[in-house]
Amino acid sequence: MARWGQIARRTFLIGATAVVGGVAFGVWQYRRDLPNPLTPEPGAVTLNPWIIIDQTGVTLIAARAEMGQGVYTTLPALLAEELDVDWHQIRVIHGPAAQAYYNAGLMSHALPTTDYDRTAWQEMMVEAMSILPKMIGLQVTGGSTSTLDAYDRLRHAGATARETLKQAAADRLGVPIGQLETREGQVIAPGGVTIRYQDLAEDAARLDPPRQIDLRPASQWRYLGRAMPRLDMVEKVTGTAGFAIDKRLPGMRFATLRMTPHLGGVMRSHDATAAMAMAGVDRVIDLGHGIAVVAQNTWIAMQAAQAVAIEWGPAPYPDTSQEMMGVIRAALDAPANSKLRDDGDVEGLDTQPEDRVITAEYSVPWLAHATMEPMSAAAHFTGDSLQIWAGSQAPGFAEAAAAQAVGLSAEQVQCHVTYLGGGFGRRGESDFIVLAARVAHAMSGTPVLVTWSREEDMRHDFYRPAAAARMRGVLRDGAALALDGRVAAPSVTRQSMARMTGSAPPGPDKGHVEGMFNQPYAIPHYRVTGHLADLAVPVGFWRSVGNSFNAFFMESFIDEMAIAADRDPLAFRLALAAREHAPSAGVLRAVAEMSGWDGPRAAGTGRGVAMTHSFHTPVAVVIEVAERDGAIALRRAWMACDVGTALDPSIIEAQMIGGLVYGLSAAMMEEISFAGGVVEQGNFTDYDALRLNQMPPVEVRILQSTGHIGGVGEPGTPPAAPALANAIFDLTGRRIRDLPLNKHLRFVG
Amino acid sequence: MARQLRVNGTIHDLDLPDDIPLLWVLRDALGLTGTKYGCGVAACGACTVHIAGQAVRSCQVALADVWGPVTTIEGLGQPDALHAVQQAWVDHQVVQCGYCQSGQIMQAADLLARQPAPSDADIDAAMAGNLCRCGTYPRIRAAVHSAARALQAG
Repeated sequence: MARWGQIARRTFLIGATAVVGGVAFGVWQYRRDLPNPLTPEPGAVTLNPWIIIDQTGVTLIAARAEMGQGVYTTLPALLAEELDVDWHQIRVIHGPAAQAYYNAGLMSHALPTTDYDRTAWQEMMVEAMSILPKMIGLQVTGGSTSTLDAYDRLRHAGATARETLKQAAADRLGVPIGQLETREGQVIAPGGVTIRYQDLAEDAARLDPPRQIDLRPASQWRYLGRAMPRLDMVEKVTGTAGFAIDKRLPGMRFATLRMTPHLGGVMRSHDATAAMAMAGVDRVIDLGHGIAVVAQNTWIAMQAAQAVAIEWGPAPYPDTSQEMMGVIRAALDAPANSKLRDDGDVEGLDTQPEDRVITAEYSVPWLAHATMEPMSAAAHFTGDSLQIWAGSQAPGFAEAAAAQAVGLSAEQVQCHVTYLGGGFGRRGESDFIVLAARVAHAMSGTPVLVTWSREEDMRHDFYRPAAAARMRGVLRDGAALALDGRVAAPSVTRQSMARMTGSAPPGPDKGHVEGMFNQPYAIPHYRVTGHLADLAVPVGFWRSVGNSFNAFFMESFIDEMAIAADRDPLAFRLALAAREHAPSAGVLRAVAEMSGWDGPRAAGTGRGVAMTHSFHTPVAVVIEVAERDGAIALRRAWMACDVGTALDPSIIEAQMIGGLVYGLSAAMMEEISFAGGVVEQGNFTDYDALRLNQMPPVEVRILQSTGHIGGVGEPGTPPAAPALANAIFDLTGRRIRDLPLNKHLRFVG
Repeated sequence: MARQLRVNGTIHDLDLPDDIPLLWVLRDALGLTGTKYGCGVAACGACTVHIAGQAVRSCQVALADVWGPVTTIEGLGQPDALHAVQQAWVDHQVVQCGYCQSGQIMQAADLLARQPAPSDADIDAAMAGNLCRCGTYPRIRAAVHSAARALQAG
């Protein structure tokens, strides 16, 4: 196994270093924020390897969390495209904690902020929330230029490795490098002489890699731009893929948690007598806000956890979701935190008697992530070290937080990143890892696996916030003259940053209004204000974040404006988008064509359209519904996205449909509600999601016109809810302005 | 109490409580972690295994009630010798996060053992109990049809 060597006084980007029996290629990074990055002190620079070639072959490192979005496939494809290795011989490992790959010293050059933790954290969350094209550095917060940079960087690493190996072969054979070719892990010389990469690796480690290499044009791509067989596929269909919950170690004991249902509250007292009397129970551990039970197996631990008598302290928020929504609605009339769009003059606009003025209020509930794998982590504390196995979207931060929790330094803690049984933003939090570390600390010397019950998972999430909006629109001559939107919700950004860095950033919260203020619609008078609601319910990043609620508000209301203007909803949007952003108009035209929008419709069906531009990718959706025995059935769906450059169309299609399903599930039936300060839902019986029998056929078209790489993991989610609500309006004439929809009607299923 | 359990052709001697669900016997006592815990209340299907050839939710079957030999995902096929259903899953690139897929595949294998050529409605009815948060449903549907054809072709 390679040792990650520290290298001094090297400042260029792609480098190589000797490893046992071979060579590693990667990116030089500063190990800490340096006063002068051009003259780092000895030991301050390290190589973060992407490629290791040793006697066992070629290993590619995908230092990102694979949560289904395909990074274990597309990252290697970026490397392999230039490296020329056989796809079926590629080995992929996660490598060391991702923190090594996101050094704030480096990142602070690219990001508009200089705050170390915040900068690194933003990059982590960018990575955490999206699939590959966005993951390699999309400008979610604006200003960062790292997307294309990292996209190029991986290919540069592959090309640098290839050219260095060729140079090693040229030196050995006495042949000019220009006469050498590479194919399937070999250098090929004239006359049919071939040398395997691993046989050149040690020589290559002694060479200075070339600095200037032209990347192959897309027209020559063999792996990128096409559907590659996923490298995690066989493991995942044979039950051999390792999730954190599957980690087993010799002598391992099994634990579960029971934490206060009053989120943020304390445990006043507990009595573990009955639990400790149960056969197979080792320990009941006081965690301050709850208990952990360690036992012979997870089932006994779960039984025993319920047998502990506990008195909980109060919750720091109102008792019921109704009261919480009252706080959120009241915030609509409080001073604004942000006014990130203020085109024209909404305030001073003189309306004419013939203008149509419409207003509407909307609301959406709290949502859980409900990943299929409940929160889980394995940990082994040995006094001076802590090993963690977890599906973490931010392992560097998890290591630091765990170290602090058990009194070790960060260097003494290692987080091994497993496959994630779903992420959707939940596994960017470190709470479940810190708790596992604390249990391991209490069980010093004994490895433990901490598995949350589904109920604990559902009731201890960082929820998608409940939110409300008040919209006002002015229509003149059948067109949108003005749109004035107010959004109120707790701030995910502020709360998350406070958790991660100890302080909430001041200033406008862009994430709070994204999906409303930044839509590509040419409305002459267009204003959006954000109003932060102060509630202590834990909130976090949920697939597409603010877009998840703002798109419902915005695209429902745009629909209402179209109807009020007596215009076709798709044509109404197209007219607004065509003047503002051609790719957004393009996805609208695409779904119109795919769905036969302007053609005849089947009797008894209704159709809705929505378009949202998020994460640099416009996505339009058309959904067709029908009524069956008084219930609504989803008949078909069409999606078009413009991702700029489609690195893997199969993965993009899967992510678009996955994003749509995630959004439809929430729109149709998901709600986290509170009573007595406790989350009422506990399992899939009362927090369900779309099932196969409710799933309509979906057709996806991938466009590539934006000229930049867009995200694909999240942008499929925002338009789902409004497209469905608009389709229901088209079918029934009912405008539902509050989610989930099944509070207002029934779905087939 | 002490008892024997046959899993994937191997007989295991166990000394565990009668009422422990099969799921936890497989995962924690036998280390067969391909079978997943998702809900514990038969609401998600991630723990689906076969008992005497029939798909069951292993979180709902107490150890004392196991009525026949158990087959888990590890026993259905191996990475170098995939079952037709697993091969169809690979061919259609079904999987995203993968956590629910052991259960999906065991459920689909059971369906095809009973109905060699299922319609979409048959697939809907058989697979509705298996939740997938990643939204892999369209490819699951296609893969089940594909596996049916492969199995019928023999």
